[in-house]
Amino acid sequence: MSLVRDADLQLTADRRPFASLYSRNVRAVIVRGLVATKTSNAAIMISGFVEPVLYLLSMGIGLGALIGTVQGPDGTEISYAAYIAPALLTVSAMNGALYDSTMNVFFKMNYAKLYQNMLYTSLGPLDVALGEIFLALLRGFLYATGFTIVMAAMGLITTWWALLMVPAAVLIAFGFASIGMGITSYIRTFQQLDWVTFIMLPMFLFSATFYPLSVYPEPIQWLIQALPLWHGVELLRQLSVGSFGVMTAVHLLYYVLMVIVGMTLTTRRLRALFLK
Amino acid sequence: MPQTTSRPTVIAADQLTKRYGDFTAVDAISFEVPAGESFGLLGPNGAGKSTTMRMIGGVSQRSGGTLRIMGLDPEEQGPEVRAHLGVVPQEDNLDQELKVRDNLIVYGRYFGLPLSYLRPKADELLDFAQLTDKANARVEDLSGGMKRRLTIARSLINDPRVLLLDEPTTGLDPQARHILWDRLFRLKERGVTLILTTHYMDEAEQLCDRLIVVDRGRIMAEGSPSALIRQYSTREVLELRFGADRNAGAAEAVEGIGERIEVLPDRLLVYAHDGEAALEAIGNRGLSPLTSLVRRSSLEDVFLRLTGRSLIE
Repeated sequence: MSLVRDADLQLTADRRPFASLYSRNVRAVIVRGLVATKTSNAAIMISGFVEPVLYLLSMGIGLGALIGTVQGPDGTEISYAAYIAPALLTVSAMNGALYDSTMNVFFKMNYAKLYQNMLYTSLGPLDVALGEIFLALLRGFLYATGFTIVMAAMGLITTWWALLMVPAAVLIAFGFASIGMGITSYIRTFQQLDWVTFIMLPMFLFSATFYPLSVYPEPIQWLIQALPLWHGVELLRQLSVGSFGVMTAVHLLYYVLMVIVGMTLTTRRLRALFLK
Repeated sequence: MPQTTSRPTVIAADQLTKRYGDFTAVDAISFEVPAGESFGLLGPNGAGKSTTMRMIGGVSQRSGGTLRIMGLDPEEQGPEVRAHLGVVPQEDNLDQELKVRDNLIVYGRYFGLPLSYLRPKADELLDFAQLTDKANARVEDLSGGMKRRLTIARSLINDPRVLLLDEPTTGLDPQARHILWDRLFRLKERGVTLILTTHYMDEAEQLCDRLIVVDRGRIMAEGSPSALIRQYSTREVLELRFGADRNAGAAEAVEGIGERIEVLPDRLLVYAHDGEAALEAIGNRGLSPLTSLVRRSSLEDVFLRLTGRSLIE
């Protein structure tokens, strides 16, 4: 270690925008996540992949045997498993992203004190938030890839367009992760996090995941269509068979807006989230 | 400290305030720390020491006043200020998901430092913290003293110019404390400015060139340990025990001996220039305490005098 000189003790201000919140070092947060996963969390990673696959096996094959075929997005008949598989992928993208950006962030903030020690370095809260969101998306990407491979192995994929489900699932995860982190900035206790689950479960069950929207009376249909999960389910379902329309663009736009709103909210709430 | 007067100011706090709702944790305190000084914040739990440290690090937003660290406001220039700051928080918040050596390297990457610098630096610091043989251990397998040493090693990864230490030796055994003090002395010799909070008097006396005594968010006194003792206490203290029920009664009988008497639940403190002489005078009055002890005045006495309370309750 070298001697500290007087000249070292007069710092110059950084004039870039966001200098108080951002040090352009998202990479360090990502590296930390990868090293930690390698050291401690590999098992948890695998469980996140297995869950939607179990649903697909149980409902697709089990229930599917009773149901037979249903009408797909382009009007042709497809197997029940092929009908629900894109929906299950959407749900898993939502669950993973929300879990990472709410529970996980809350725990690392208040219990593991991980962010505390990151924020005592030259990292700013924006570096931390972007790094954590990137890690959530990377995880979402790996899960989506794995799930798509399982779908292919089960013979549920009939077109190359279905590969687009992977980036689309990442976009869906981005939408939920950015909103989720904004929400976490308002959360004070673990009990309040239960509300997140309270909203996720009915969305999972009723967003045309297991049956078409047309079973509902019209007002309910409008409600479901306002919620994000339905747009994700429909988007992936269309991609899975390569059938596109105006609605495909609407679904995509919904998530692009969700990312913009979520990232704006998260950035505005960074001080509330990280600097108390 | 004649050399410190000409050196630049590293930390300047003016009317620094932090409120949580109705509660004022730090109440308009002002102080300056010149380069190379070892500066202490002494006070009981809840005095506002840690909150002050967090504001210096820019991880807690102040409610009022101004603060300059090496010329910059840590709230506006957090990343830039913290690039040259080392922080040892009160609780070891080591990364439990990483191994010991990775704790140092990953932490160094938060500063944007390259691996070519960090790898040898991590080994040097493991040696400094006497943890070389634990490099690949898990953090949870370390003893309390080892964790503390690792936290301190981690705070040095960026060669900080200012080191913030929040209760650095709490929970360490005496031997570990002395090792740590030695390490801190060496840093000071290199010109690192040390800011530390403590509620241990001996630590403050050993380590601090100058300190502020803080209670309920306010500064009660400021000065070097010896100056504070001179100003607020006597050279020596005579501690007398008469037995739990009789201390208060004995206080009246002792009245007039020494400069001042303090009655604590378990003992009497007689503040006097010459403790032995005071003890003799007490014997001459026919009083026979169960035990007696003459010691030099410490910062504990200063604190008692200033606040009427002990530091550690």
